[in-house]
Amino acid sequence: MIEIGLGHYLSLASIIFAIGIIGIFLNRKNVIIILMSIELILLAVNINLVSFSIYLQDLVGQVFTMFILTVAAAEAAVGLAIIVIYYKNRGSINVEQISSLKG
Amino acid sequence: MEYAIVFLPLLGSFISGFFGKKLGDKYCQILTSLLVSISGILSLFIFYKVLAQDYSTSKLIFNWINSGNLQVNWSIVIDPLTAVMLVVVSLISSIIHFYSIGYMSHDPHKARFMAYLSLFTFAMLTLVTADNFLQLFFGWEGVGLCSYLLIGFWYKKPSANAAAIKAFIVNRVGDFGFAIGIFLIFFFYGTVNYDEVFQQTPLFIQKQVIFLGIEVNLITLICLLLFLGAMGKSAQIFLHTWLPDAMEGPTPVSALIHAATMVTAGIFLVVKCSPLFEYSQTALNVITIVGMMTAFFAATVALVQNDIKKIVAYSTCSQLGYMFFAAGVGAYHVAIFHLFTHAFFKALLFLGSGCVIHSFNDEQDIRSMGGVWKKIPYTYALMVIGTLALTGFPFLSGYYSKDAIIEFAYLKGSSIGYCASAIGIFTALLTAVYSWRLIFKTFHGKYNNKENNLNSIQESPLTMLIPSFLLAIGAIITGILFKEIFIGHNSQFWNNSILFLYSIQHDHPPIWLLVITPLIVILVIPIAYYLFVKNEKILKNLILKHQKVYDFLVNKWYFDDLYNFIFVEPIKKIGLFFWKKGDINTIDRYGPDGLSKLVKIFSNKAVNFQSGYLYHYAFVMLIGFSILLTYLILY
Repeated sequence: MIEIGLGHYLSLASIIFAIGIIGIFLNRKNVIIILMSIELILLAVNINLVSFSIYLQDLVGQVFTMFILTVAAAEAAVGLAIIVIYYKNRGSINVEQISSLKG
Repeated sequence: MEYAIVFLPLLGSFISGFFGKKLGDKYCQILTSLLVSISGILSLFIFYKVLAQDYSTSKLIFNWINSGNLQVNWSIVIDPLTAVMLVVVSLISSIIHFYSIGYMSHDPHKARFMAYLSLFTFAMLTLVTADNFLQLFFGWEGVGLCSYLLIGFWYKKPSANAAAIKAFIVNRVGDFGFAIGIFLIFFFYGTVNYDEVFQQTPLFIQKQVIFLGIEVNLITLICLLLFLGAMGKSAQIFLHTWLPDAMEGPTPVSALIHAATMVTAGIFLVVKCSPLFEYSQTALNVITIVGMMTAFFAATVALVQNDIKKIVAYSTCSQLGYMFFAAGVGAYHVAIFHLFTHAFFKALLFLGSGCVIHSFNDEQDIRSMGGVWKKIPYTYALMVIGTLALTGFPFLSGYYSKDAIIEFAYLKGSSIGYCASAIGIFTALLTAVYSWRLIFKTFHGKYNNKENNLNSIQESPLTMLIPSFLLAIGAIITGILFKEIFIGHNSQFWNNSILFLYSIQHDHPPIWLLVITPLIVILVIPIAYYLFVKNEKILKNLILKHQKVYDFLVNKWYFDDLYNFIFVEPIKKIGLFFWKKGDINTIDRYGPDGLSKLVKIFSNKAVNFQSGYLYHYAFVMLIGFSILLTYLILY
């Protein structure tokens, strides 16, 4: 059996983090996917924090994680609200079509 | 009173120039004419005072430049020479102001015209009343400017603009010499005031300086440079090309500026500086030769011209040549006397031509005139008087002054003097021929104008005839009236205003010399009548036989073409080269244009960054963040 140690947790976290980042800029379809990618990045960070917290026997990391989860929930709510409003206004949340920032 | 003479025209010019629109054309014309005539009457009064009481004064207006050694004042100096010039300038100017009221009656810019005329009068008056070279130079450039403005008065005509620019640029050549002359005077004398310069001159007679690698006498050098300025202003040969072209301006302008006053500024300069010129025989000889050449050259060209104003212009050029060689042989007072009489009869001739042109509805070619002397008898009479005076018909003004010039040249006794008098007599013959040609072609023979019906030819209005009539009186009587005063043997009129180093010969010239010129002049009249009216075939055959000579004269000795070839074309090429290759292809290309192109390219690239897609921004943000982080961790 393989002993599952800190390295594995960190690898998992970095893989999830990479998936999140790639998800942000490879995504050509939906703004919601960007939102989900951001959640993934945050989760990767959380895994990092929790694993280090256990490895170092320090609870502060887990406390931080709780905070981050709360903020992430709030952020998701705000993000979804924005998307809903946006959809109402523009009739689409297709990433390809959101380019009104272009001057 | 002296202030009024000089500044009233300026006041008139100022008012009609700046408030012309508010005042209305009529008031502007009357106002400027009145102010200038007041100045004319006052200068007559001054002239009388100078004549009767030896009046002379020097009024300081203010200190103009006060810098180290250089002390220059604005002042009004009245001496006999100035008094004569004052009368010529302000009197003729006021007559021409009145004439312009009639002549410019159909022009939309009357106020501007009167403003320029008055401004010119002011500049000319400051020129003649100066007490130093710098104020003279101010007036000199002022009249040059006004000449430019007035030649180009009809600015919608391209030829008028070209003529104005030509006059200005040709004068620049002369003024360049003039300015260097003044610099030299200041450099060696330490002052530019006439009195001090003239007093110190005897100290510098032997002084040699090196100029352009050649060792020359200082006085000679200064005189030649000043004379170069005079040549430009007075349209002497080599720098004469602008004068005929200047006829593009309105006729009153030609009469005032290009016949009576401005072009005589060069003569005035030479005479005023007689205390300098007297010490340089070389410079005087150069003046004589240039004067002779001009007199002869201009008269030959005038023989074959067909534009009525150009004939009179070349005639002016020729008469200026007379004045210069009179000054060159040391007869400064005769030069001024001829200037004085010439101002009247030449202005008269121009005003007469103006009347003719007016009657023919702006036709200037004498080939399409003729046979109208009964229709416009007054104009005809005026022109005949002017012509008689110009050719030197006995007892009219030109007779006294021109014969005096020839006599004085003869009495000079040197070979150059004999040569000058011979040329003078021959030119008098040519003058008579072309003047009568003008009269006969214009007023006699067949009526040749196709555009206007003979019956539509009308006499000019009184506003034009009366001023011309006044000038005609001047042209008749000035000779008899002022002969004794100006050039009489015992006359003390000039006092110290002219320096004669060598006392003037008072011997009587041989009788044949006295008789020959008037005789020629009288004989020419019937001959010219026969050749130009009765039997034109002889001349036509003559032209056919000597086509080359004729072409040479018609093309004005090819001076214009020569200058075009030597100066204008190469300079144009150099200018084009510097413009196209130097400026556009090098400086602009690599300088401002290149920079702006570069900025444009970069900004075009930068614009691509702003795609508007969220994920691009997020990606850039991440990359930036990771680079920053990497940097912080590694270092």
